[in-house]
Amino acid sequence: MATESLTELPVTRIRPTHGWRFLNLRELWEYRELIYFLTWRDIKVRYKQTAIGAAWAIIQPFFTMVVFSLFFGKLARIPSEGLPYPIFAYSALVPWTYFANSLTQATNSLVGHQQTITKIYFPRVILPLSSILGALVDFVIAFAVLVGMVFFYHHKGLVGLPVVGALWTIPLFVLLSMITAFGVGLWLSALNVQYRDVRYAVPFLIQLWLFATPIAYPMTIVPERWRALYGLNPMVGVIEGFRRALLGKGTIWGPSLTVSVLAIMVIIIGGIFYFRKMEQTFADVV
Amino acid sequence: MDDVAVRVENLSKRYRIGEKVSYRALRDEITRLFTAPFKKSKKGSTGEKENGHILALKDVSFEVKRGEVLGIIGRNGAGKTTLLKILSRITEPTEGYAEVHGRVGSLLEVGTGFHPELTGRENIYLNGSILGMKKAEIDRKFDEMVAFAELKKFIDTPVKYYSSGMYVRRAFAVAAHLEPEILLVDEVLAVGDFAFQKKCLGKMENIAGEGRTVLFVSHNMSAIQQMCKRVILIDQGRIIDDGESLKVVNRYLGNIFSNVKTEQVWEDKETAPGGNRVRLRRACVRPEDGVPTDTIYVTTPIVLEFEYWNLIPDVRLNLTVALFNEDGVFVFASVPLQEPVWDGKPFPASLFKTTCHIPGAFLNNGVYFVRMQIVEDHMTQLFVDPEVVIFEVYDSVEMRSKHGGWQGKWLGVVRPDLKWTTEMLKS
Repeated sequence: MATESLTELPVTRIRPTHGWRFLNLRELWEYRELIYFLTWRDIKVRYKQTAIGAAWAIIQPFFTMVVFSLFFGKLARIPSEGLPYPIFAYSALVPWTYFANSLTQATNSLVGHQQTITKIYFPRVILPLSSILGALVDFVIAFAVLVGMVFFYHHKGLVGLPVVGALWTIPLFVLLSMITAFGVGLWLSALNVQYRDVRYAVPFLIQLWLFATPIAYPMTIVPERWRALYGLNPMVGVIEGFRRALLGKGTIWGPSLTVSVLAIMVIIIGGIFYFRKMEQTFADVV
Repeated sequence: MDDVAVRVENLSKRYRIGEKVSYRALRDEITRLFTAPFKKSKKGSTGEKENGHILALKDVSFEVKRGEVLGIIGRNGAGKTTLLKILSRITEPTEGYAEVHGRVGSLLEVGTGFHPELTGRENIYLNGSILGMKKAEIDRKFDEMVAFAELKKFIDTPVKYYSSGMYVRRAFAVAAHLEPEILLVDEVLAVGDFAFQKKCLGKMENIAGEGRTVLFVSHNMSAIQQMCKRVILIDQGRIIDDGESLKVVNRYLGNIFSNVKTEQVWEDKETAPGGNRVRLRRACVRPEDGVPTDTIYVTTPIVLEFEYWNLIPDVRLNLTVALFNEDGVFVFASVPLQEPVWDGKPFPASLFKTTCHIPGAFLNNGVYFVRMQIVEDHMTQLFVDPEVVIFEVYDSVEMRSKHGGWQGKWLGVVRPDLKWTTEMLKS
């Protein structure tokens, strides 16, 4: 409006940036509504024009669990820490599926929003971030089935109810897998802008990563001296911790979890700096 | 008090060559034959090359006062869009400094962030929020936007069922209600119908009338003169003129029209444009029964002639031509698929002449840029010139008088004279 005083107008200064930058948290806070709207859109359109809609959120981990139970549990007789194999596998598949899906979506988020990126400014980091937040809805649905399974197996006397004292760590491990997916997603989405090979490599990467994580098998089959190294895979600590929090069975809390958390920190901080460095060229390259 | 809205100081933007050509998967290579070399060479011919870099903007400085409507004109690839992209922070400058006082809104991203599966209502919120509006602000202006777009009935229908007109109206309604202090407009007049153009211009005038600032990029010179008192002309990344709009527009148009070249000849086989595989000897455009200096009217059948040396025997060559009009619109491309003798046959090392016939009563009046490339096996580009000939098509007097003396340029990219019939049917 013409009556507005000039002194109130925000001044945007535009100049080339040099060097490494961390997240501009104040700016992200100003854009919080956009984070909300993009997340909301991701959720809203995900199962549009699908016949069974949100059931896909359950089908993916559930049928993987069925196949794992049959081949790894029944036929290969892989140990499951004294738990019924189905719940042993499913309790890991729920956070894993969340991780895998949100990582895939985060990786493709920048390229998928090519049009928006080349036509308007906003902190680019919002795109992978909202992919990861949007995938949480699927996690919640799959988690509800997991809770049902806990009660079912408890009813049959095969698992104990979770200890209240351990339950509070569940959100913590969910948060850790979010941060991991976000950290890796920052790297891969920025790389994907330059090299579309990334898009093809990600399904393969996730498949390998699945077997390098104690999902179909317990961590205990990894020899003790290797476990700290094994923890370099951040999902090792996340999955074992999640399973332990819910079922009371899980292995080492110590070295491998610490290594995992450290690995996550390195990935996320490196990812932020790398992303922010590459961000300047996204609109030119994408 | 300082009443500057935009201040730009020594702004430069350098792209690495190849950076502007976006990634494509292998299966897109075939389409790339037509598009990507064009983008590359166009940049190369207009921007300034230095050591593998292209300067899209070079040392640009200007100031815009609050409430001013500034027109920005120049040929395609001159750097106009790059400038707006820097001011809206989409891309960063390589050097220099700019400051922008107030919120920046742009009409260059009409419809950005739309999702076809979402309803009109949902898309208004999503689009508004991408453009930088707060939810409360969208709530407040929602009814107004729906009324503006005349879409009340369809507001809860997924936009994939919208007609393109509805889509554009809806998108524009959101952008127009952004109420930024500084509005950047890039070529909005290229889309939409006449009524929509009027609406756009009207909205821009309102915005300017409220003391806000508009930066307006367009190839439409009459709109530029109607909207802007001051215009800057950008050429090869530099501001070459800045001043009163009539003066600058005339200089720009003079540039374009003086560039008309209907014939080019290179007699020396060693230095002619091309490489060690093909070299161009002559390119010309002329009326079918005339010479290159003759005037071409909208009714005149035209031929494009290219003479070239093929230096390596047994190569299957074919030419492609693409026409662009003075607004930078890609009018058409043509490949000699109907060529009766040489199409698909290996060419011996010799001098060849290929002719392309453009029928009369097809092109609109205006200036056309002919881009020509010579391709081997429909795959490998051996030669390209984005402006091998440039010609002007004049409005014909006979056609004018037939139409009650309508003087202006006809709307539309082409102006074909089609076969029409009317019959009286018994009722």
